[in-house]
Order: sequence, then structure tokens, then C-alpha cells
Amino acid sequence: MTGRRSTPLTIAMLAALAYFLLPLFWLLVASTKGTQDLFTTFGLWFSDSPQLWANIRATLTHDDGVFVRWLVNTGIYAVSSALGAALLAAAGGYGFAKFRFRGDRVAFNLVLGAIMVPTTALAIPTYLLFAKVGLVNTPWAIILPSLVSPFGLYLMRVYAQDAVPDSVLEAARIDGAGEFQIFARIAMRLLAPGFVTVVLFTLVATWNNYFLPLIMLSDPSLYPVTVGLASWAAQAVGGGSGANSDMLAYVVTGSLLSVIPLVVAFLLLQRYWQSGLATGGVKQ
Amino acid sequence: MRIAQRRAAGPLFVAPFLLVFVLLFIGPLAYAAYLSLFQDRLVGGTSFVGLDNYVTAIQDPQLIRGIARVATFFVIQVPVMLALALLFALALDSGLLRLSRVVRLGIFVPYAVPSVVAALMWGYLYGPDYGPFAQLARTLDLPAPRFLSDGWMLGSLANIVTWEFVGYNMIILYAALRAIPPGLYEAAAVDGAGAWRIAWSIKLPALRPALLLTLVFSVIGSFQLFNEPRLLKDIAPNVIDSGYTANLYAYSLAFTSQQINYAAAVSFLLGLVIVIVSYAVLLTANRGRNV
Repeated sequence: MTGRRSTPLTIAMLAALAYFLLPLFWLLVASTKGTQDLFTTFGLWFSDSPQLWANIRATLTHDDGVFVRWLVNTGIYAVSSALGAALLAAAGGYGFAKFRFRGDRVAFNLVLGAIMVPTTALAIPTYLLFAKVGLVNTPWAIILPSLVSPFGLYLMRVYAQDAVPDSVLEAARIDGAGEFQIFARIAMRLLAPGFVTVVLFTLVATWNNYFLPLIMLSDPSLYPVTVGLASWAAQAVGGGSGANSDMLAYVVTGSLLSVIPLVVAFLLLQRYWQSGLATGGVKQ
Repeated sequence: MRIAQRRAAGPLFVAPFLLVFVLLFIGPLAYAAYLSLFQDRLVGGTSFVGLDNYVTAIQDPQLIRGIARVATFFVIQVPVMLALALLFALALDSGLLRLSRVVRLGIFVPYAVPSVVAALMWGYLYGPDYGPFAQLARTLDLPAPRFLSDGWMLGSLANIVTWEFVGYNMIILYAALRAIPPGLYEAAAVDGAGAWRIAWSIKLPALRPALLLTLVFSVIGSFQLFNEPRLLKDIAPNVIDSGYTANLYAYSLAFTSQQINYAAAVSFLLGLVIVIVSYAVLLTANRGRNV
């Protein structure tokens, strides 16, 4: 494009940007305040006695460091779900894209229809089923349901169609490579950007999931950050005085700490999520 | 030999996904369908009641109110959100913007924020005593805005969801715009088309698949609304009751009042409503076209 830039448009977009960054700015400001200052100073500016580090230390050590436990849990749940779901989706998407077999259309359309079934409508039946087989209140209750990513399969199929040329597969077959070898050595390399996209989106979905762990887990030491923070927030509202009055500061600082890893991951991997979303939105 | 091997390989690649899919997707749905046909009574224990739970559900004023509320939410919030996303995507794509990278990332960042944290942050910002908007209003001697009151709550929730997802939808639309071959613009310019004409006649039609995708995701998101109302419920318990959204209702049926069978019927029904609305949206959008 030419160097023709519009100042009014830029100003309008920066105003919009302010709206999107305002809550995060508030969170940053609030994280530097002690409990008293949270109530007595203006919410959108720093107070005279900033204490970010003290807040972080207090949040991380409160209740025997349960928040660290929650962060670790979240990491374990999110990474294992994301890798598992992406592997299943990659193999499945590749299979649907590059092979014809009996029932392939029916199976694929069934999965495609599943994209429309809301995860929360599924969560209650899954809970009931897991309660029957004794999986409730274990890490598996969070990881297993997150392995099914119909949208991930759809993305990988669309991606595999373009990214893995049939000629490459044919050449490898003529050289005598087995189908599994071809997938592991050649196709997976070509599928890498799509794979990373699915990893990233499942990671975010599991990291941010609240409903499923809320109903599945009753033991606070198994909580992910979302459920833990919500339980702290409920306490902060419940008791406005005494031992609970510091709760609000913990909730605020904990929120800040839980937001940072994902924001950083997205900034670092933006190349991938953009091309991934492009794949989903452009071709249908 | 090679052809036979090739035929067998396809099912092998899709088998792991389909196995997990059947166990953890079809399985729970089938189990819910099964459970929804029973009733647990204090006297007489569990008994088969056929479709009784569904008959009760479609006449249950709590459920109807919950579904009507999320339908209202959908009709108001989604057009605003998608219009904003479209506007931002077109602005970014126009090449007229300075700092476009910063703007794009900044608008997208809320998507990376867990909805729990988003609801907590906005909950404090909305606060009638110590929220910054209330503080500002008091400084200016104005009445504090009552974001958490009965009349404003749905709008306040809509604002949180809009804040979270405008950027996500914007990126989908922006990516679709970037995929339009530049040759089309040159051809249109040669034919004398201006910027608006190009936006209307080339960009919007090319965005159709992406818009449909965002629309279907928005149907799913709106109708399963749970996290935001569940968290604001703690600070506004008199405004948000346990049946405020359909999903909140299903949750409290299962986990507060222990009505497992009825909860299964309600969540099954809710899933059905979403699938029907999604299909209706797709069919309406595709009417008269060969897709």
C-alpha cells in the first residue's frame, strides 16, 4: 500500500484500543495497592505506596502456597490436553483429508455437527458418566474431555488438504515408505503450523475453562487457577472484614499472575494463531 | 498390496480421534438421553417415566425465562460484537492506519484473558461504591451508574462478552480479508470502483464464510452463557438468580437441588436448541445459494 495514512481513523482506533486495555490497566494498577488503598484511592491510578512485590509474595504464599499449586495444575491440565487433542486432531484430519474409505463422509459430518454441541451442555452428562466410573475429582476428569476437539479436527483436515501435496505422498510410497512412517516423518512436518494452532487454541480453552473443573473437582488442591480465583472472589465478597479483608488483594494479584502467561504465549506465537484462524475462516 | 494397505491406513489414522470422540462425546450424550427418561422420587426410587421430564421442561417457567434471556442476549449482543469486529477488520485491512500492529494485538488481547478473570475485573469496575466509574461520577457530582442493577445487568454482561470476543472475531475476519487476491482490487480500480464500492462488492462477499463461522460460534457462546453471570451472581445475588441463564439453571438443578435426571433432560434440550438455532442461522444465511 502507499504511504497514505489517515489520522482521524488512527485516533478512532486508538480510542477503541483504550476500551480494550482499560480493564487490564485497572488490574495492573490494583495489583500494586494494599487492601486499604484498593478502597480509598482512585481505581484507575496508582496510590502513593505501591507494593506490587509484597502483593505477589502474599498471594503466592497465602494458604500454604495453594495458588502456586493451582498454577501448576492449570499448566499440567492445559499442556497435556492441548498436546493430546492436537495429536488426535492431526492424525484424524490427515486421515480424512488424504484417504477415502467407507463411511468417511458420514463420520466427518458427524464430527462437524458436534462443533455445534455446546461444551457446557455436554459437561453435566460427562460429570454423571464420570461419577459412575469413579473419575470425578481426579485430573483425568479435566484432561479426558478436553481431548475431543471437533474444531481442531476440522482445522487439521482443511490444513492437511493444502499443506500435504499428494505428489509427495506418492513419491514416498514409491520409495517404499509405510503409511505410518510417511505420516510421522513427512506429513507431521508439513502440518506443523496447523498443529501449533490447534495446540494453542486447546491450550487457551483448557487454561480458561471454568465450568468443567467447577463441576468435576471438589478438592481445592486439584483446582485450576480459574476455579481457585473464583472461590477466593466468593470469599472476598462474603467476608468484608477480619481475616478475609485481604482476600480482594489476593484475587486481584492472582488474576494478574494468571493472565500473563497466556498473553505472552499469544504475543510470541501470533504468526501461528493468525494463520490458523485464517484457515478456519476462509475455506469452507 | 499397496492399494489394500492404503485403504486400510485411512481408518487407522482417524480411529484414535473417533474412539475418543465416541467415548467422551457420543457416550455422555447417550447417557444423558438415557438418564433423562427416568425420575428419582423419594417414595418408590428411580422409575422410568418416558418423556415426562421433557414435557415438564418445555413448560418450566424458569427454563423458558432462562432461554428467553439468552436469546435476547444473542439478538442484541452478537450484532454489536460482529459489527465492531467487522469495522475493526476493515479498518486494519484498509492500510490507512498507523500503529496497526499495536491496535490489532491490543484488541485481540482480551481473548487470552480467562472469562473468570474478565468477569472479576469488570465486576470490580462496575462496583457501585469503589468502582472507578462510580468514583468518577461522585467526583463530578453525578449519580453513580448502576451497572449491577436489574435493568442494567444484561447490558453489563453483554459488555463483558463483547470485550472478550470482539478481537477474536476481528482476527477471523481480518485473516479472511488478507486472503483476497490483490489482483481483484486492481481490476476493480481499473473499472472505476472507489474504496466503498470495493468494500461492498468485493470484501463483504468474500467475508461470507468467515462471518458465518463467527455467527455460529456466537450462537453457541450466547446460549451456553454461564461463567460471567455465575461470577457476577456473587456480587449481585438479588439480580442474578439460579435460573438467570439456561445453563445456570441446568447447573443448579444438577448440583444444588440434586435433580440429576431433570438436569440431564434440561442440558440435552439446551444442546438441541443450540443445534437448531445454529442450523437455522446457516440455512437463513445460505438461502438461495448453492453451498
